[in-house]
Order: sequence, then structure tokens, then C-alpha cells
Amino acid sequence: MDFVKQREDLAPVREILDGYPREQRFLLAILQDIQKTYGYLPREALETVRLHLDVPLSRLYSMATFYKALSLKPKGEYVIKVCDGTACHIKNSQGLLDELKRLLGIEPGETTVDGRFSLETVNCLGSCALAPVMVINDVYYAKVEPDKIREILGMLGGKGYGDI
Amino acid sequence: MGIFRSRPKRTVLVCCGTGCLANGSHGVYREFERMLKNADQPVRVKAAAKATGCNGLCEMGPIVKILPDDIFYCRVKVPDVEEIVRETLAGGRVVERLLYTDPATGKKVKSHKDTAFYKNQLKIALRNIGEIDPANIDDYIQRGGYRALEKALSKMKPEDVTAEMEKSGLRGRGGAGFPTGRKWRHCAASDDTPRYVLCNGDEGDPGAFMDRSIMEGDPHSIIEGMVIGAYAVGSRQGFIYIRDEYSLALKNMSAAIRQAKEQGFLGESIMGSGFGFDLSIVRGGGAFVCGESSALMASIEGRVGEPRAKYIHATERGLWDKPTVLNNVETWANVPVIIDRGSDWFSSIGTGGSKGTKVFSLVGKVQNTGLIEVPMGISLRKIIFDIGGGIPGGKAFKAVQTGGPSGGCIPGSMLDLKVDFESLSGAGSMMGSGGMIVMDEDTCMVEVARYYTGFLAEESCGKCLPCREGLRRMLGILNDICAGRGHKEDVDTLLEICEALREASLCGLGKTAPNPVETTLRYFREEYLEHIRDKRCRAGVCPALTQYYIEGSLCRGCGLCAKNCPAGAITGKPGDKYTIDPDLCIKCGRCRQVCKFGAVSIGGGAAV
Repeated sequence: MDFVKQREDLAPVREILDGYPREQRFLLAILQDIQKTYGYLPREALETVRLHLDVPLSRLYSMATFYKALSLKPKGEYVIKVCDGTACHIKNSQGLLDELKRLLGIEPGETTVDGRFSLETVNCLGSCALAPVMVINDVYYAKVEPDKIREILGMLGGKGYGDI
Repeated sequence: MGIFRSRPKRTVLVCCGTGCLANGSHGVYREFERMLKNADQPVRVKAAAKATGCNGLCEMGPIVKILPDDIFYCRVKVPDVEEIVRETLAGGRVVERLLYTDPATGKKVKSHKDTAFYKNQLKIALRNIGEIDPANIDDYIQRGGYRALEKALSKMKPEDVTAEMEKSGLRGRGGAGFPTGRKWRHCAASDDTPRYVLCNGDEGDPGAFMDRSIMEGDPHSIIEGMVIGAYAVGSRQGFIYIRDEYSLALKNMSAAIRQAKEQGFLGESIMGSGFGFDLSIVRGGGAFVCGESSALMASIEGRVGEPRAKYIHATERGLWDKPTVLNNVETWANVPVIIDRGSDWFSSIGTGGSKGTKVFSLVGKVQNTGLIEVPMGISLRKIIFDIGGGIPGGKAFKAVQTGGPSGGCIPGSMLDLKVDFESLSGAGSMMGSGGMIVMDEDTCMVEVARYYTGFLAEESCGKCLPCREGLRRMLGILNDICAGRGHKEDVDTLLEICEALREASLCGLGKTAPNPVETTLRYFREEYLEHIRDKRCRAGVCPALTQYYIEGSLCRGCGLCAKNCPAGAITGKPGDKYTIDPDLCIKCGRCRQVCKFGAVSIGGGAAV
């Protein structure tokens, strides 16, 4: 079962659109702002952007699937980004990811059914001195060992994950 | 310029780079502010952003520096602040226990400048990092900032600036190493307008963070470089493309642009010269290929970042088909220094074909993880063993990977290689943007090749077939080899696909994508054969080809392995020998890491 959100309020989208000149070059920035506001790109929001900028919906779709910063699916309350840059990779970021997958029961790119956690990998956070590193909603966790994951999830209200 | 102010007696610099922030430096900064606000002392507290790994000591963070004494404290916690204020700031005494211990000598050092790590470096692009508050333009000006711009605008004609850049021999620091001055000349020679000046801050190479560090720690050096470049080529509008993940870099660059506008270094008639230039930031969307020049321009135009064939240079038809100069962050940061100190000075540093310095992010299995800046022509051995302090844990060096995912792995036999553009290409690797990842005996070279190929396969934009399909086929083969399903003809097939990719891909991403596989095959072929023929991974990385077991004669029964095993696969009683259940073992290698007696060994998947 996928994590599904209710129909979104579109007022913030109009506000975002009003903040930019009506030019295609601002399309990426507009989509990023929408992503930031909703945690994803709601279909209705894309319709609004399409009409405003007079571009086909297919183009918005191609942008949304091309850029990693954009997502068509809602994300969880906590987005866990595991760095899999080279420095983290050779310091066993895979072990970290495996443990997260095991405890949360989801693959990278997915969200837990209760909407609490999303799991993602990122190709380098440029924080190689902290390897292996993960970021949860802009908070950095440095030199994480797989056996610390349960504790970290527990602090974020994820107690009981993986115990079922 | 009249903005120079007299320096206060002592300054406390609290590192607020991403790395130190993660270790809690902001709390330390606030505590200093709080304690000094009421104290009757001639002390000014300010936050200096230093990037992660900066000086190699970010793992030692939070870092606090006291100027002008040049005292360097590591791992400062909030309760330590009171002692520093009392002893050092008020009493002028050094707090010994907070000093850094040089791993090379085992001695405490007062200033980071006394360490082997620092002494072998030469800072040009990183000249201000960690020394100034990036949020304060006055700090930059105090250290000679915007002096080069003043010189260029008041004493030099645009063509003089370009000529000076050409004479300096500066080559692009983003990867390809194209001569910067020549690029500017080509752009200025075009009779089309408007012209654009761009900065590539879409640093995407895994294991590389020099550009992030400069954008976070010294944003004005980039702005100044870009204004000088714009003056040289006659551009009135520039863009800085910053990677989406770099939130602190975005924040600091935006603030710096605002300040530069307020002080008249950007905008109409800069410094009263009549020359006007404006600069805006474009946030990247998180796509590695956007670091490629034509893809980056497509992304700025608000389109999908796909590269195009470059029959015509961007200097003629780039952004919106107009003449465009695109340089990387580090290149721009070099420009003001070259104009200020002259091309003769700059070209006296480095080798015949590669002038000046290069910033590397030295990471991986090395003592001092960090950002370093060294003169071109320095040997890999000096970088890894003198500056980097060698390999931790007494492990053996295996390889160093340079040039990002399109670079290659250089083996121990080539450690005396002098690092410059030519020598790295000659070794089958490349300079790239400056990632340098050290690998030890616990790194599997086949898996490294698989990792990079997987990275590139995922980041391939899919526009041209060789790159899109070739990388996927290569990844499939490498996955099989790592999973113990390799065939003896795999090596030849890989090399064949490599050749096709190199010959037929559209952009640099595909053309250089074979490097990781080719160099590992060139220097570590034996490891491939062990995987394919013997079904064995000597580094113990590939799970299907690895089995951990506890050497009974070495086990002291301390139980540390069992305590750390996330899978509960290790059983035994304290004082007794412990054993690993191969069915439960998830092969994370944690037990081998924590065992103090070296009792956990690796066997082949089939052999044990």
C-alpha cells in the first residue's frame, strides 16, 4: 500500500507563481518551491503551473522525473538521506542502508505506510570527514554505525520499527 | 577604500562549516557570544565558516581559533568555553588539553600551521577559508578583497585582463583543464551580445567538496572573480548554478551577493567605473549531468538538463545561444589573486603545463580527511603520507582514486607520480574537479568499479545510446562478478563496451565513463580473476564471496563482536570462544572492525 495524501490546498502555489516573472526559465525554481512547500509535486499544482506558464504537462512531467530534487510522490515526515558518496561507500554506507531497509521495511525511494519516514540515497553530501553520514531533515548524523540506527529512529518516534 | 578598520585585540573564530555544525559548533559560538557580551574585554566573537574536513581537522570539530595568538583548539564543547575565556582570552594562557595532537609526532601543537598537514600546502583558492566570516564583506576586504577588481577596472583594459589570464597559464579547475584566458578571449571575440558569465557550482562528484567549501567559506572571492571575468568579456549578467543539496552554500552566496550589491561591487557602474554587472543564483535540481556545460545551460534556461553535441563552443553560442563563459568555482576564486599579484607570480608555481595550485578533497582511508591545496607537481606520496598522515589502523595502501566517477584508480606502484593534468591522464585517470579517495586493503577494487559504473548508469541522462545502454550492460556484468556469477569472458566484454562508450558517446560523461573499469582492470586485474575464477573477494566486501569466521586461537572471549553484531549472528559466553552463524550473518564486517585481537577472518564464499 502506498502512502497517500489528501487533496492539497492550492493557495500556496499561486503565491509561489506570483513571486516569479512569467518566464520559462523560472520553471525549475517554481517546481522546487512547490516541492519544498508540499514535500512533493501535487498533480493539481502542476495543472496550475501549466496554465500559468503555458507549457504542456508532459514537460513538467519530464522535469519532475529528471531532477532528483523533485518528486511526484508525497514524502514522509522525516526524510532520511543516506550518503553513498565514495568516501561513505568505502566506509560501509551499504551496511547503514541495509539496516535502515531492514528496520523500516522499505526500499530507497519509498515511504513507510504511516507516512513517518522516507528513505533515500544521495550521491555525496560533501561531508566526507563525517563518513559514513546520513541526514534526516537537515540534521547531520556523523560516523553512523549500523547498530546505532534503531536508537536514532527511536528518537524520532520510530520505536518499534523492525520489531514486528 | 576607507573600509579598513583597526583590528580588535583578540578574535575568536568558531568554525561553523557543515562538519563542525554537525558536531555542535553553533552552541559553542552562542556560548562565546553570551559570555563575552557582558565581559569587559577587548574581544570580538564571530563565526567563521570552515568547510567539512577543512585543514583535515573537522573530525576534530568543533574547532575554535584565537587570533592573533593563532591558537587552535579542537573538540571544544560548551562547558570548555568558560575556561577558554578565563585562561586564554583574559589570562593569555593556552589550554593544553584542547590542543591538537599531531599524529605524525604525537606532540601537542599550539597552531595548526605547525603540523605536517598544513606545512606542505599552499593556499590560493582557499586563502580565506576559515580565516574570515563569510557573512561579513568587511572581513574579505580587510584581507585584500576587491583590490584586484579595483585594479582591473581602473588600470586595465578588458583585453589586458584577458591577456594577463592567458599569461598566467590558469586552466579550468572543473575537470577538463581548458585554458581560462583562451576561453575568455574566444568569448570576447564574438560580435554577438548579450554575453553571459557563469559559475559552475553543481559539484556532483562523490567524494569532492572543494567548491562547496569555497561557496560557504569565501563567497566574495567567487563574486570578485566573476566581475573581473565579466569586465574582460563584456558581460552584464552572470549566473551561479549551485547544487541543490548545498543549503549553507546557497545561503552564504545569496548573502554575499546582497552585500556586494550594497557596497557597489555589483550593479550599475561598479566602483564608479561605468561598468555594470549583475549576478543571480540558480538552484540546481539534483542531476549529476548538469555539471556538464551544455546541460548546465539547459538547466538554467528552465529545461531538462540534457547535454547537446558541441560542434559550436559555448563561447560562441551558449546560454540562450549567446556567447557564454562558464568556469568552475575554484577557477573563479583564483582569478582575483592572479590579477592582484600578477601572472608571473602565478605561473612560477606548478609544472610546465599546469600552473598554480589545485584543491583536493582528500578522503577515504586516510588519517587526515580534509580539503587541501597543493602546488601542481607534488607527488601522490607526499599528499597521502605527509599531508594525509597515511592510512589509519596500520592497514596497507591499495589505491587512490582521482577525478570523480569518470576518473581512475592509481595503484601503489605509481605513488611517486607528480600530480598535474598531463600525468593523471597518462595514468588513465584525470584531474577532474579534485576528489582524491584513498583506498586500503579492505577496499575491493571490483566493487569500486561496480560502484562508479552504477553511479554513472543512474546519472546518465539517457539521450545517447552508448552511454545509456552501455553503462547498464557493464553494470549487469559487474553485478554478476561481485555476486559470484562471473564468466571468464566477462573481462573482454567489459573492455569492448568501454571502447564503444569512449568512441560514440555524446558528452564527457559517457566518453570518460569507462575510466573506473579500465584502470581497475589495468592495475588490479588479479582481483577480477579471483572474483570470477576462485569465487573469492580478498577484501571481504562482496557478501556472496565472503564469509566471516572467528579464529579460535586468537579469540579471547571478550564478547565485543557479539555486542556489536546488528544481526545477532554471534554466539558465545564471555571468556569462551565466540562463533559466527553463517546463516544469520549479514556480512556487514562490524565484528572485524571492533575486534581488538584480529580474530575475525575472511574466507572465500565457497571455500569455508
